Amino acid sequence: MNYEPVIGLEVHVQLKTESKLFCGCSTKYGAGPNSQVCPVCLGMPGVLPVLNRRAVEYAVMMGLATGSRINHESVFARKNYFYPDLPKGYQISQYEEPLVEDGHMDIEVDAATKRIGITRIHMEEDAGKLNHGATAEEAGSSFVDLNRTCVPLIEIVSEPDIRTPDEASAYLKAIHDIVVYLGISDGNMDEGSFRCDANVSVRPVGQEEFGTRTEMKNINSFKFVKDAISYEIDRQIEAIEDGEKIVQETRLWDSQRGVTVSMRSKEEAHDYRYFPEPDLMPLVVTEEMISDLKDSLPELPAAKKVRFIEEYNLPPYDAGVLTSERPLADYYEETVKLAGDAKVASNWIMGELLRLLNEENRSIEDCPVGPEALTELIGMIKKGAISNKVGKDVFEEMYKSKKSAEAVVKEKGLTQISDTGELSGAIDKVLSANPDEVERFRGGETKLMGFFVGQTMKATRGQGNPGLINKLLKEKLGG
Amino acid sequence: MAITSKDVRHVAALARLSPTDEDVELYTGQLQRILAHVEKISELDTEGVEPITTTAPVSGRMREDVVIKGLMNEDALKNSPLSARDSFKVPKIIE
Repeated sequence: MNYEPVIGLEVHVQLKTESKLFCGCSTKYGAGPNSQVCPVCLGMPGVLPVLNRRAVEYAVMMGLATGSRINHESVFARKNYFYPDLPKGYQISQYEEPLVEDGHMDIEVDAATKRIGITRIHMEEDAGKLNHGATAEEAGSSFVDLNRTCVPLIEIVSEPDIRTPDEASAYLKAIHDIVVYLGISDGNMDEGSFRCDANVSVRPVGQEEFGTRTEMKNINSFKFVKDAISYEIDRQIEAIEDGEKIVQETRLWDSQRGVTVSMRSKEEAHDYRYFPEPDLMPLVVTEEMISDLKDSLPELPAAKKVRFIEEYNLPPYDAGVLTSERPLADYYEETVKLAGDAKVASNWIMGELLRLLNEENRSIEDCPVGPEALTELIGMIKKGAISNKVGKDVFEEMYKSKKSAEAVVKEKGLTQISDTGELSGAIDKVLSANPDEVERFRGGETKLMGFFVGQTMKATRGQGNPGLINKLLKEKLGG
Repeated sequence: MAITSKDVRHVAALARLSPTDEDVELYTGQLQRILAHVEKISELDTEGVEPITTTAPVSGRMREDVVIKGLMNEDALKNSPLSARDSFKVPKIIE
């Protein structure tokens, strides 16, 4: 029998605010344990939460960027459970009336566009972190660090519209691109700023109702989401074919072993007894606030890609690569503006620049060659001071040493030879060293032209002006 | 809605409480009376009445995103029964 997977993702995004969601403590990553805490986020008796305006604005921006409806009034709710990482005994979240509903995200898989529905985006606070005892003496203890409690998050819940692991990965990537583009999150997956839960079930093809689903928690890479979902689909199909029943449960992706494992310990806790948070007023977002935020939205990746294709006449693939990250798109546009040639700028960035950056896994933001430096190099090639081929070596040297194109060319003596006399002498030597080839060329074997050009380039250590060499060769051989 | 001793035990377990059998019997009776009272209230016709989540006037009070120094680590941990490694120390939590 053929089965169809049904997948939905819940993406947790940490918002890039300075202070926490309900108190003034810093959200900075990496501080010593419990050094960014106060009575509010420690859950002391008698304290009151006060909502961070910027966090609300960021959540609204994400709503707008996903074509969602922004609810003018939404309600915070208490999600009750006991766990040592949650000092209040409840997490402040949103439940029945979230801030954002009914949006969508378009993804591209195998050159086709697919729309994934977004059910809701709600605001909530993060929990703390548990460190487990490592030494024998500490083996029986866990250590609670509450710096992360009350850090602002949005949870983006998709419709069960995803059908393959590749679509899940593409959707996660698209969400990631957007939050980083909007500047509302640093999207750092290693530091936990961007993570997702995946709900997976399978059903026989053609069946209407969904199968029993399992949920995989805290997946923090595009690769893991694909691997975990692939594994889970296979596991469920195998279980069904063996006549077993799928148990609705939470499972954990073990990336070391490449398997999902059941987390039975958390099962009994799934009765959260949500109720409206009495310490917070309903969240009111005015039409004015929404329209101000709408005006402040930057151009998003999909729109930018379309504009790059039209404005710079780029192939869709190149436009896609260049708009995948906002700093890269900015770098490209800056170079086009300076160098005045969209195609040449794209060739350099798509070719040499990204190759070198990818080799070192470096981001465009700390690329040693800036748009001005690249423009200077492009200018030297245009002028004919160096050939395109030499230009690539010069670029690599600029990348390594941070020197300017001119400095590198001067230092290495790479200036292109455009002196007719000098080139003419080199060509004469090549021709007299290869009398047979000259004979054959004159006998009609014109494709030998390439051979003579190559030999002359070699003789000039790649510095001969190719156009001029061609011209001189034609004169000499034709005569 | 009638509350049973099973409900009481479930809620107690969620709150990490372990009541005795007598406690459960006592609470079941008390909770039944409370719920009966609420049931009485719900006899009222509230058709077309907006639910109230707060009695205070709705206002959009928010704070600006500014960092305010919180507690020193030792003050944060002061009332904790057990602490070590600048952290609250609890019995090991098994994942």
